[in-house]
Amino acid sequence: MINKKLDRKADIQILDGNHAAALGAKLSRVQVIAAYPITPQSPVTESLSEFVEGGDLHAEYIAVESEHSAMAVCTSASLVGARTFTATSSHGLAYMHEMLHWVAGTRLPVVLACVNRAIGAPWNVQNDQQDSISQRDTGWIQIYARNNQEILDSVIQAYKIAESVYVPVMVCYDGYILSHTEMPVDVPSQGDVDRFLPPYKPHAILDPANPRNYNLVTLANPRVNADGILCHGYMEIRYLLQEALQKSRETIINVGQEFGKLFARSYANMFWEDRLDDAEIVIVAMGSLAMEATVAVDMLREEGHRVGVLSLRVFRPFPKDYLIEALSKARLIVVFDKNISYGSEGATCSEIKSALYGNRINAVIRNFIVGLGGRDVKAREIADAVRKSLPSLEEGGPNIEYPEWICHM
Amino acid sequence: MVAKSCTHICGESSPGIGEAGKTGEWRTSRPVIDPGKCIPAKRGKPSCFICWLYCPEALISKTIPVQIDLEYCKGCGICMYVCPAQAISMVNEGEFCSEQDGLNRS
Amino acid sequence: MKTNAVNLTEKEYLLPGNRTCPGCSLSLAYRHILKALEGQVIVTVPASCLTVLHGMYPVTSVDVPCVNTPFASTGASATGLVAGLKALGRKDVTVLAIAGDGGTYDIGIQALSGAAERQEDFIFVCYDNEGYMNTGNQRSGSTPLGAISGTTPMLGKQQNQKDMLAIMEAHGIPYVAAASATHPLDLYEKVRKAKTIKGTRFIHVFTPCPPGWRFSFGDTIRMGELAVQTGWIVLYEVEDGAFRLTSASESIARKGSLRPVREYLMEQGRFNNITEEQISELQERVNARWKRCLDRVTNL
Repeated sequence: MINKKLDRKADIQILDGNHAAALGAKLSRVQVIAAYPITPQSPVTESLSEFVEGGDLHAEYIAVESEHSAMAVCTSASLVGARTFTATSSHGLAYMHEMLHWVAGTRLPVVLACVNRAIGAPWNVQNDQQDSISQRDTGWIQIYARNNQEILDSVIQAYKIAESVYVPVMVCYDGYILSHTEMPVDVPSQGDVDRFLPPYKPHAILDPANPRNYNLVTLANPRVNADGILCHGYMEIRYLLQEALQKSRETIINVGQEFGKLFARSYANMFWEDRLDDAEIVIVAMGSLAMEATVAVDMLREEGHRVGVLSLRVFRPFPKDYLIEALSKARLIVVFDKNISYGSEGATCSEIKSALYGNRINAVIRNFIVGLGGRDVKAREIADAVRKSLPSLEEGGPNIEYPEWICHM
Repeated sequence: MVAKSCTHICGESSPGIGEAGKTGEWRTSRPVIDPGKCIPAKRGKPSCFICWLYCPEALISKTIPVQIDLEYCKGCGICMYVCPAQAISMVNEGEFCSEQDGLNRS
Repeated sequence: MKTNAVNLTEKEYLLPGNRTCPGCSLSLAYRHILKALEGQVIVTVPASCLTVLHGMYPVTSVDVPCVNTPFASTGASATGLVAGLKALGRKDVTVLAIAGDGGTYDIGIQALSGAAERQEDFIFVCYDNEGYMNTGNQRSGSTPLGAISGTTPMLGKQQNQKDMLAIMEAHGIPYVAAASATHPLDLYEKVRKAKTIKGTRFIHVFTPCPPGWRFSFGDTIRMGELAVQTGWIVLYEVEDGAFRLTSASESIARKGSLRPVREYLMEQGRFNNITEEQISELQERVNARWKRCLDRVTNL
């Protein structure tokens, strides 16, 4: 449904993922950008510098000397009331780790584009999702894009979500596979984005006229302030962050629906479904891998298997309750992870298992670790992994405790 | 569990006196000013105020006579050191114990 | 009219009853820094003794806005404040970054150096108590040769201090000053001057620490005076490359000479195990620096 208020018809541009992200930030009218170059994110920062230097974007661009500083700039700029943006990958995100906690703890709606890349050692500049998955416990919302349209749309939505619930948002997309691959992207007009995204209203602001001090040492227990009001302890402040992430699920869906009404591309759920209606076998994947999985489903369907894909769009907050129905008919769930929690299994697999627990879904779950450090994942390999898992459906079939790796070991 | 009256969603603090409590209670000796030696007291007009300048806690008044806020004075003795007229002495708190002094330790 | 104790503003931004140790020279320095900025300031501070002074949630001991920032990030946090204010068109506020020697010389040097290279428009104050005093006195890049600390517990530190002022000057920033908490009017004037200059301004403030350096609370000012009189520190400013001695250091250069550095060292328990060789080495460093200052000075 095309909304009549739209400024004009679709403006289709051929963009790679990095330019889509930069354009998303520009259309969101970011006011302070701080970033440090890292492969494969660098073109994002170059594009934004160009927008700023060329006068197309009225923002302060700070070419900082590290990612830690990039996030520190965003934190403080956000606290004086500016909308802020940064982008990074891999080691850059790892270097930001301390600041990621700090931003979330201060409840600042910073938006970060994470161009997913493997983490060393050894050095590797290609794609997997170990970087952002390693930051899952920092209190950030994490959205994963499957294609470049979703990158652009997600950055714009990210601001609306972040500034509604005061939780920072990380928009993640696969390095090279999306970041350096061009595809058609419908670019919304500035007027329409302005209609969708109101100016940033900070919950906290640094102002000499009303001095406040943020992030002082906070005791474990509640403490009374100068006006005699009993204020939180450290634990209550942490609780509120968890509560905000839990409640943000509704906001994410509402914002996605609202976006859909305006731009005719609905993001009404926290995950994408492909042929799940009659599926007894469900492939779970995240990011561009989910697109590859749909091709595998085509192959498997031809062989008569009732297979579908559940593609996670939002990893944090994890859409537990929302998944149950989608997985209720599944007998076999095959989870593909481009990450590994060493000594355990893929992060997505753990989350799916935890979501199903206690919900009377007795599906067998198999986990495959794929695509680390840019190892190509072919639809054929996904289909093979599903075929390999089929015996688990039989009575007394194998129950594999540990993840299997699609590699030469 | 969450304090009802508090609306903070992050660690937001407001200015307040006595954040560390009545820091005067930390004191083991007390600055005592001799008005006979104190320069502004003697001259009867604003002058000197060196003790005011150097007090790390901003607890000395720029008045005549000069006054020290003993509720919060930690008793460091910097004022005694900097006084050009040697008008300030540090007196052991024990000597004030018997007094009915509201400014003393409670 | 020259600022003195009589005409200096009575307005205070430091509230009574803060958490610093008795005789804390940081408290004294901060009091006058805030006076000089007249409250029109946004402060950013990393983990340090100033965090202690600022107090614990939900109460703070200062009447100015402040954001606490992780240890390594002070220069970047100040950059963010400046950028945010500029983006929003707020022009009437000075951004003050204030960190200890650990947060400046050691873990904070990268962010500070980056910001100075970018000529970010803020004042960076390093209050130097020559060690990690907030965590119980461990050695830092600013702990002097021969000083006992929590991590140089028996022999004392075996290396000399990093020359942070020279490092900052080498960034080509418009204003670099060396001040001491124990000379508050000189400090006040330097902050006032820094306030009027655009670009990155760096002020090093010597802050004697009674418990960390092991001298009695009431001797804080005396220790600073001794430091200046022996040339352990030199009070100066470098404005667009022009070097000026100030306050007591200027007086010593005009008439008089430095007292032996031994007189300063012997007053502090942290130098109890210092060797004669180390004293000689420190004296040579002091002499060499004093000579460099006299060679450069433009106001004598």
